[in-house]
Amino acid sequence: MFYREAGDFKTSYAEDSQTFPIKFDRYRYYVVLLIAFAVVPFIINDYWVNAVFLPFLIYAIAAIGLNILTGYCGQVSLGTGGFMAVGAYACYKLMTSFPEVSILIHVILAGGITAAVGVVFGLPSLRIKGFYLAVATLAAQFFLVWIFNRVPWFYNYSASGQISAPERTVLGVSVTGAETAPWAAYMVCLVFLTLSAILARNLTRGMAGRKWMAIRDMDIAAEIIGVDPLKAKLSAFAVSSFFIGIAGALFFAVYLGAVEVGEAFGITKSFLVLFMVIIGGLGSIFGSFAGAAFLVLLPVLLKNLLVGGLGWPTDLAAHLEFVIVGALIIAFLVAEPHGLAQLWRVAKEKLRLWPFPH
Amino acid sequence: MLDSAEPYTTEDGRTIGPVVMEMKNITLRFGGVVAIQDISFDIREGEIRAIIGPNGAGKSSMLNVISGFYNPQDGEVWYKGEKRPSLKPYQVAQQGIARTFQNIALFEGMSVLDNVMTGRIRQMSAGLVAQAIWKGKAEREETENREAVERVIDFLEIQHIRKTPVSRLPYGLKKRVELARALAAEPSILLLDEPMAGMNVEEKEDMSRFILDVNDEFGTTIALIEHDMGVVMDLSDRVVVMDYGKKIGDGTPDEVRRNQDVIDAYLGVAHD
Repeated sequence: MFYREAGDFKTSYAEDSQTFPIKFDRYRYYVVLLIAFAVVPFIINDYWVNAVFLPFLIYAIAAIGLNILTGYCGQVSLGTGGFMAVGAYACYKLMTSFPEVSILIHVILAGGITAAVGVVFGLPSLRIKGFYLAVATLAAQFFLVWIFNRVPWFYNYSASGQISAPERTVLGVSVTGAETAPWAAYMVCLVFLTLSAILARNLTRGMAGRKWMAIRDMDIAAEIIGVDPLKAKLSAFAVSSFFIGIAGALFFAVYLGAVEVGEAFGITKSFLVLFMVIIGGLGSIFGSFAGAAFLVLLPVLLKNLLVGGLGWPTDLAAHLEFVIVGALIIAFLVAEPHGLAQLWRVAKEKLRLWPFPH
Repeated sequence: MLDSAEPYTTEDGRTIGPVVMEMKNITLRFGGVVAIQDISFDIREGEIRAIIGPNGAGKSSMLNVISGFYNPQDGEVWYKGEKRPSLKPYQVAQQGIARTFQNIALFEGMSVLDNVMTGRIRQMSAGLVAQAIWKGKAEREETENREAVERVIDFLEIQHIRKTPVSRLPYGLKKRVELARALAAEPSILLLDEPMAGMNVEEKEDMSRFILDVNDEFGTTIALIEHDMGVVMDLSDRVVVMDYGKKIGDGTPDEVRRNQDVIDAYLGVAHD
């Protein structure tokens, strides 16, 4: 009933091209922001932050990054784990080399460094496409993990080969290290996710996004109408890697605290983020959120249901969890190949007409 | 012979400008196949120039040479009084040459509006950071170019499908959206590769009207390939006829119609 665009007239092109053109959508967005910033921090505890919120927020940033590259620009990448590792190690080196600089700046700089690395590994995309490019980015994944394992400079010659985040504060509140309060870690990630989503949305609704989508949909036609494929593809790699680098830095510094590269940023991480993007919906910022939420929440939900609700042994539940998640992904992709974002779009279209669909 | 630098007036009172593009002795080979052999012709400002010929005559190859998609082995392309070096297709587009395709080449995953907006690439220069923040130049550019795009959308009467994804449109409308995208670039030369292919009579009439209106109202120079002889002879100011990669005729529709080579190769005669 209330989900209507009737009567909501646009009198300027700026109004027409805004992110939420329908009033109800806009208000719902403000409500979600309000709850996320003003309510959740006061009610969450350690379990919720570590099991649900931090992974969701951080994976959502990574999914936004990968969605720009794969969903918007059509370049399949299996190097997400490697690029997250670049962000993490860049952040670690910056944190230990310049302890007096704010961690927030380190995280952003880590994103910038990852963007530069992403551009280098994006160069093959100018010649190769599709599966072959996926294989090339797979090489990036293995190479990056290998180099972080093999060059001691990256982990400051520590005996264990691990990197661990020293304690850092923002406005006097510690956000990394053992003393971190759950809400502080949550807030840092939330701020980064909100800004990432806004920036990504602005890029994708403007000319940059149109160039990327043009390359995705038909690269030859894109070139004929004036898109420089070199610039378009490399800028997609840069922007995508920037967000993925930020995600990696937060994953290491705020979420895990200590990281062993092969374990935290292995090939499984690349696949996990790719699944999020595919399940959430290629070419949709909302889809990145939905996909991250789906793959973070589902295992937690299943565990609570099987172990807590039905009283099954933990190991049995853990194995079954894989089976169920896998089966759900397949079932889901058969039912709606365009992901959760498409389901959401269809639901909204139905809602606009409800309750008189004719 | 007309002076290439001087404008002239046609019989029906239209003023045709000086030569804007000149092809000089173009030869294009693919391995052993000669697609275009030593062809020269020019395109004048404000005219509708048709390229016709049987299948495989090299018409589309010629259009691809003009739009920079192929680089000819021999010959020169002169554009606005200067010899054009061998450029990438996107650089040619930046110079103001827009085109449509024989098989529609729209971006299927984008809305009509976004498709037409891509035509404005040449006019938009805000950097990535400015676009990400969506303030100042980026926002201003977006609005200004949206206005220009809306004029084209109005002109081609596709307002009602503005926000529709292109993949949902029928063929005839897709052709029109593609024309809109090319037109949004405000090109100095508009290349149309078989704009009427696969259309019924009514759609052909619509498209012919749009082509004439575009030429008339914006003064856009148009070079087009078309198979429907009635359409070509009615629309165009001058016609180039190609056969097996060679030029066999060049002139006004009437001159071409009387040319014996053209009749033998392409037009044929009525058997009575």
